[in-house]
Amino acid sequence: MFDIVNIEKPETVEDALKMLSRNPNLKIIAGGTDVLIRMHNGTILGVELLSLRSIAGLNEIRILDDGTISIGAMATFAEIFRNEIINGHLPVLSEAAVSVGGPQIRNMATIGGNICNGAVSADSATTLLVYDAALKLISNEGTRTVQIRDFYAGPGRVNLLPGEILTEILISKDSYHEATGCYIKHSSRKAMDIAMLGVSVICRAEEGRFSDVRIALGVAAPIPIRCNEAENYAIGRDITAETLKEIGKHAVKSSKARDSWRASKAYREHLIEILVSRALKEAVIRGGGVNIE
Amino acid sequence: MNEIKKISMIVNGKSYSFEVDIRESLLEVLRNRLHFTGVKQGCSVGECGACTVLIDGTAVNSCIYLAVWADGKKITTIEGVSKDNELSGVQKAFIEEGAVQCGFCTPGLVLTTTALVESGRKYSDEEIKREISGHLCRCTGYNKIFNAVKKAIDKKQTGSN
Repeated sequence: MFDIVNIEKPETVEDALKMLSRNPNLKIIAGGTDVLIRMHNGTILGVELLSLRSIAGLNEIRILDDGTISIGAMATFAEIFRNEIINGHLPVLSEAAVSVGGPQIRNMATIGGNICNGAVSADSATTLLVYDAALKLISNEGTRTVQIRDFYAGPGRVNLLPGEILTEILISKDSYHEATGCYIKHSSRKAMDIAMLGVSVICRAEEGRFSDVRIALGVAAPIPIRCNEAENYAIGRDITAETLKEIGKHAVKSSKARDSWRASKAYREHLIEILVSRALKEAVIRGGGVNIE
Repeated sequence: MNEIKKISMIVNGKSYSFEVDIRESLLEVLRNRLHFTGVKQGCSVGECGACTVLIDGTAVNSCIYLAVWADGKKITTIEGVSKDNELSGVQKAFIEEGAVQCGFCTPGLVLTTTALVESGRKYSDEEIKREISGHLCRCTGYNKIFNAVKKAIDKKQTGSN
């Protein structure tokens, strides 16, 4: 049994917000694959839950008129990687989604939960960072939109204010249009594992040169990060094996990897250098036309 | 304060309406209240897949699924897979391929495979391996399980089931 003292199951976002404002102790639960584990392990006790599972439509994935892709916070990873809009326009997010846990976990775990949980290893976080995703947060005071790069506050901490619920993740057309990318999750096992390092990249090329490069890393710092030095270095350069190698080296500069039981700092830095370069090479190949060797 | 909530669900085609403790997992309710002991408790944290059941046709780890969430849902456990004393195509494939040893992981694997078969999709060998990766088996080394899953899907695709 879980140490639950109360559970609310609102059917609308409005009801959920009312319940949250009445009782600030309510802990939001989405898919449950993180929260229930923590309760099972006894790290959170006597919990009052606000379950978002009964709210219809919060898992919807759609394209808005201006090309912005809206992903409902309650969309599960299975729904994301089988979705035509995501596969067609945000294939890197599909790659990330299908790398999460195992099939049953992907049937339960939601993208909103993955982000709000604040884990540095969140498979969706790096990819949402490269797509410059915006998060729509709703409270009784109104709606605010926060860039995902401003959302992470520290290990396991996000800038979700009391009374707020994440309802949608928005990715504008500028971010994905004509970009190709790649997600590499490095872990000890091929399934049912947490990333030792997660690398997400997207790029655009013009006449054999990088016109846009975005690189994000998971488990390389206390929070998921973008690699600004490497990105700035890359832009305008000829796409060659040498450039890709140098970008990998620059990516290490943005990182603050540390020793943990999962991997040493030195190994993680080695992984960053190699995997950033590898992911970018794959992204270039997927973009077609450039022969790198 | 142990709160009680009334839920209704259909398990293996039969309707149930009863009160559950809000602290209970679906696994606990299925095993301890309804006595569907084919649902196995393994790791309790969603890693081993032994407790897998189908909720509205989707494979879920019932150990990390609250019983109150099952209100209004259709649940299938291993006890509901065979029809009229006839084993399902998936069950037959597991027997034919010798994919069962101690049997602890088998109910979950049969249910995940049932969902794959019912999806009507085609799966490559790599995709099959990916789709059964949420189940741990400590006996068979997985080859026989993989063969059984592949056979069950192929039988459905060719209509020889």
